[in-house]
Order: sequence, then structure tokens, then C-alpha cells
Amino acid sequence: MTTSSPLPLLVSRDWQSHPPYQAPGYKSTLTRGPQQPLVVVPSRLGEPSVPVFGLDGLRDIDRDLTRNARRNGEPLGERIRVVGRVLDTVGRPLPHTLVELWQANAAGRYVHKVDQHDAPLDPNFLGAGRCLTDAHGRYEFFTIKPGAYPWGNHPNAWRPQHLHFSLFGQAMPCRLVTQMYFPGDPLLAYDPIYLEVPEKARTSLVADFALEETREGYALGYVFDIVLRGPLK
Amino acid sequence: MKQENAEKRPFIQTPSQTVGPYFAYGLSPAQYGFDLPELFGPTLAGPDCPGEPLLLIGQVLDGHGQPITDALVELSQRDAQGQDSGRALDPVFRGFGRCGTGTLTDGLYAFHTIRPGKAPGQVASCLHLTVFMRGLLTHCFTRAYFADEEAALEGDPVFQAVPGHRRSTLLARRAPDMGAHAWRFDIHMQGPRETVFFDL
Repeated sequence: MTTSSPLPLLVSRDWQSHPPYQAPGYKSTLTRGPQQPLVVVPSRLGEPSVPVFGLDGLRDIDRDLTRNARRNGEPLGERIRVVGRVLDTVGRPLPHTLVELWQANAAGRYVHKVDQHDAPLDPNFLGAGRCLTDAHGRYEFFTIKPGAYPWGNHPNAWRPQHLHFSLFGQAMPCRLVTQMYFPGDPLLAYDPIYLEVPEKARTSLVADFALEETREGYALGYVFDIVLRGPLK
Repeated sequence: MKQENAEKRPFIQTPSQTVGPYFAYGLSPAQYGFDLPELFGPTLAGPDCPGEPLLLIGQVLDGHGQPITDALVELSQRDAQGQDSGRALDPVFRGFGRCGTGTLTDGLYAFHTIRPGKAPGQVASCLHLTVFMRGLLTHCFTRAYFADEEAALEGDPVFQAVPGHRRSTLLARRAPDMGAHAWRFDIHMQGPRETVFFDL
């Protein structure tokens, strides 16, 4: 039977939090970001739901990037533990939601074939992982602190150290792809991708160092909470 | 969990950031040949899936009309009966897939799926697409409608909410040169044919 329960009204996208499509400091937005106004959808009738995973969808090792691609040893670099909660805008946790993560290695090199940065690949590190949040909306990854790397946006441009995150949230409009940065990174002050975020929201992309989340003798702890759009009530 | 977080950050939406050029091994590893199981790929419908087979194929083009070879397209849709299939790992039909534009010639993306049905009350059927790429700080939502559903499109509230001169950017058209079940849908990020993107 086809069911058609009405879709919940969602908190709208807050353009005071998200960066614009046209961002002069970030060169490639000028030929890729749309220039026409977005069209408001009068009805979300028929909108498909977001993909849902059962317990069989993911392996436990998928959230440990220090182990999920080992070939002949351990990956090089500083081990870190990244934890946080996935919440909606009124602070309700999102349980059992997919969190995908990808990143450069400790030397600032991506495995991707297009990345020609002259820094070493690590045979024991892929740099991709995923997990589901637990019943309280919490996620946990073990990984390696990524290196900074140069890019072609402007002379002497370097991306700050960052992790890429991808989340679905509760409905299609809640989709989010973002980046987590590290506290105290001097490159943040020069990075147009970070600086194009409205000032009010910018620091929410910077994780907190958290000694209490550190695994003693093993990995330094960082906390990064992620807030997605959710139902209005 | 650290308590200060809640105080420092009064639940403002976490800002979007670009997917960057190197998303493939994280989001579409099998398509790009990386050694990691893929959660979502370009095939939504298995061989036993009921419905009319559909190959949705197209390019993502920049403001100069050049194909973008490092974009990621996500497809969400209903099944042939108009039912919602939220299960991510269903072998017969998955309502969600991903395809990057970096593995086929000319920056094409291609989804192997079935033609979607309509939810009760829905007027015209459509495919829901989300695009991500380097140079796009916030992703874009669009829809592909079917050019042969003229009558339904006349009465579809979303299609009709689009300014008349821009509606054709939302039409997928049969592409017999690309296969019997092929429909072409190009996504223009800018320019006179800029695709309509929705504020969802």
C-alpha cells in the first residue's frame, strides 16, 4: 500500500549561516555558482524520503580510519578521536543517522587520482569512513589529523587542515556537506572557503579540543557537533 | 560531551561547505575504483525491478558551457508504483543513488533506474537531483520532469511555480542516440539556460 502521510514542515535554510553561491574570494564559484534566484517549492508532495540504513549496512571498522585501510602497518601521523552529536536546530538529537567522512592524509595528500600535490601517499591510509549515530545522536571516528595542502585559488593558497562531513538528516532538504576545522589553525584567517561563511556561523565549523575525549596514550580528542535543519515542531 | 558547546553555539545550522574536488573515495568509491564498499552508486534498479527501465544521462556545465568533470549528482526518486523506498541497501530498488561526473567520457553522469510513478495527489512525476562540486559552497536542488507528460505538467503546482521561460530547463528528453531507455538531462549551473534550482 502506498502511504501519503503529510511531510513535516521544516525549519527553512538559514542563509545567515550558509555561504553564498557567488563568492569572489573563491574563484571557481564565479563560473559554477548559480546566478538566478532559487525558486520556492509550493508543495513537497511526492518528495522521496532519505535513505535509511539497518544495522547490517555498515561495519564497525568503517568508523576507524586508522584501521580500515591497513596493508602492512599503521598509518603515519597524529591519531585523533573525533566525536560529536548530530542535532536539529532546537537541540533534539538525531539517532541512527548516517555520517560520512573523508579527508587528506597526514601529509596533506588525498588518495584521489586528480590530486597531484607533491606529498607522499600513505599505503595504510585511505581517508574515508562512515558511521551511524547512536540512540543519543552521537558519532565517533578515529582517524589521523590531516595535513594542510596548497591549492590554486590564489598565490600561495593553502587549505587549513580539515575533515569533510556528509549527512542526510531527516528529509531531503536537510542534506548537508560541510568541513570541520581545527582550533588555532593559522590558515583559517586566509581561507576563502571558510571566510565565505557568514561571521555569525563561522566558528561553528571549528572543532573544540577536548582533553576529556582524548583516549589516554592513544589519540587526542576533538568535539564537533553538527546541527541540521529539522521539523518545525 | 562538552557542555560549553551548547552555550557557545545556540544551535545555528552548521554551515555548508564545498564537497571539493576529492570526494570520490569518500562518497562514490566503487564508481571511481577505490577499495571501499560503496553505499550509494549509479544503479538504483536491479534487473528484477518492476517498471519501465530508465537511463538518466547528462552533463553538468559551467558558466562557459564547459562540462564539469568533478561534480557529484545525487538522485532521489519513487519507484514505478509511486511508492517511497527508503531502504538504502534494497537489491531490487533503491530510492537513492550517486554518480560523479569523472568516470565517463565528456563529463557525463548516468543513472540506471526505472521511470518513477506518482505519489497519491502528485500531478507530474519527477526525479529529484542534488548537485555538489568544487566551486559550489552550498549544494543545489533541482528536478527532472519528463517532456512527454505535457498534460500533467500543465497542472503540476511545482512546475507551474517556475517562471515560464525557465521551465524547459527542468525537462528530461528522450535521447535515442544514447539508448532505447535513455533520457537526457543537462544541468547548466549558469548562463542563458541556467537550470532552475529550488529553495527547499
